[in-house]
Amino acid sequence: MQSLTNRSKVVSNKTMSWSERIYLPAILAGLRITLAHFFKKKVTIQYPEQTKDHGPYFRGVHVLKRDDQGRENCTACGLCALSCPAEAITMVAAERKPGEEHLYREEKYAIEYEINMLRCIFCGFCEEACPKDAIYLTDLLPTSNYTRKKFVYTKDMLLEGIAPEDRRDVSKRRKGIREGAM
Amino acid sequence: MELILFKVGLVVVLFLISLLIAAYSTYAERKVAAFMQDRIGPNRAGPIGILQPLADGLKMFMKEDIIPQNANRFLFILGPAISMATALMTSAVIPWGPDLNLFGTTVSLQVADINIGILYIMGVLSLGVYGIMIGGWASNNKYSILGSIRASTQMISYELAMGMSIVAVIMTTGSLSISQMVSSQEGSFGMGWNVFYQPLGFLIFLVCAFAETNRTPFDLPECETELVGGYHTEYSSMKLGFYLFSEYVNMFISSAIIASLFFGGYNFPYMQVVQENTSQILFAVICTGVFLAKILFFVFFFMWVRWTIPRFRFDQLMDLGWKVLLPLSILNMLITGFFILLNN
Ligand code: SF4
Ligand code: SF4
Repeated sequence: MQSLTNRSKVVSNKTMSWSERIYLPAILAGLRITLAHFFKKKVTIQYPEQTKDHGPYFRGVHVLKRDDQGRENCTACGLCALSCPAEAITMVAAERKPGEEHLYREEKYAIEYEINMLRCIFCGFCEEACPKDAIYLTDLLPTSNYTRKKFVYTKDMLLEGIAPEDRRDVSKRRKGIREGAM
Repeated sequence: MELILFKVGLVVVLFLISLLIAAYSTYAERKVAAFMQDRIGPNRAGPIGILQPLADGLKMFMKEDIIPQNANRFLFILGPAISMATALMTSAVIPWGPDLNLFGTTVSLQVADINIGILYIMGVLSLGVYGIMIGGWASNNKYSILGSIRASTQMISYELAMGMSIVAVIMTTGSLSISQMVSSQEGSFGMGWNVFYQPLGFLIFLVCAFAETNRTPFDLPECETELVGGYHTEYSSMKLGFYLFSEYVNMFISSAIIASLFFGGYNFPYMQVVQENTSQILFAVICTGVFLAKILFFVFFFMWVRWTIPRFRFDQLMDLGWKVLLPLSILNMLITGFFILLNN
């Protein structure tokens, strides 16, 4: 059979030559290689100060979006929670009162919305399931913490702000692989 | 009286320098390892991580000091103490620079110019194995005892070849005193280094030095994959720190011995010219600097090898020691003797 790469070497049990047996040429060759690496460019990314660029498919911590007028998109339909394979999402629905139209786009909204980041597997099914474009995954990473409780992200941690500078840009976001394939 | 004061001062300075260099070797080791693996290494404690050894030391002190219930308390504490003491003792006979004429008296930059310096070093080095042996034995742990057995076998086997390779140097120098060995390499404009006359001897000595200091590729006594931590499995806190630290002190001293036996110690090319044109103190400083540079190169070489070559298997190690290095060193001795006869 033809091999897929040309990297494989034929193994042979030939006896070693004298220069191979004294081992020193091999050691010198090895020393030369490590010394070359000594002067090579380093690949380290100094994490908290520098971050790596994430691709548009990167799935990190979620954000709950508002529409152009600053109203929350989410209507507490529960489809995200239903699609979540890890059962990380819980919510409590409430009815919009008269006079709250500037806060919530639909008549029903999520008064509580929690995602447990320890359960979440960052699969992105929730954003794909959402019919209201209310939830997106961003390229943020959940920060480390001392208690499990602190990993349950509440609605005020997930929701983006109303002011333009508090908005989270998701225009470059590409949801799931399936979207592109279809 | 002044002589004693000078010597005490020298001892203290040497002690501090050994500790400082050993501390910064741990830092250098991590940096060298990182650079050879295309990383950056520790860089958070102070600028470019320069305070890392302090942070490491502090960490070691803050750790809980555990003495296992079934361990022999006295020997358990004695082990790291012996390791550290023997590691530091060897620096006494190394000539750090040429003789100085201070206030009318001649003083040498050497704590003790004993006429059997090289024997003293071999003796103290082989005492070092007791530290490891006792520590491993007292821990009452299988891994520790296996590690310490390996260490003692290895050190005893390689001491033979090491001694033989030194005998050749002693034959050419005609003296056991290290300061004479160093000054005998002054010839040929300060380039009469033994490494040019004894290349084989140097190679044997170098390999044995790696084995004596338990460094890769001969670091079987602390081989993590088989023996957890080797002889210091049960050690924690500063006792562990002592073991790790003594390895670096040993490395520094071994480099100093290699540099003075085979690379001319403080001798450097055209040093007579420099000597005539500079003041005496400056000359001594330059000489010591040259010596330190040679030592630091070998310390780097130890690390360089560590991050290049994988570990030997135990039987290969024994084969190399008894079947290759020992006959070779005897052969080297015979050849040296033959040439000395020829010259006479
Ligand atoms: S990313 Fe996946 S696991 Fe996480 S909340 Fe959304 S659906 Fe659940
Ligand atoms: S985020 Fe989307 S899917 Fe989830 S409850 Fe709100 S509207 Fe429904």
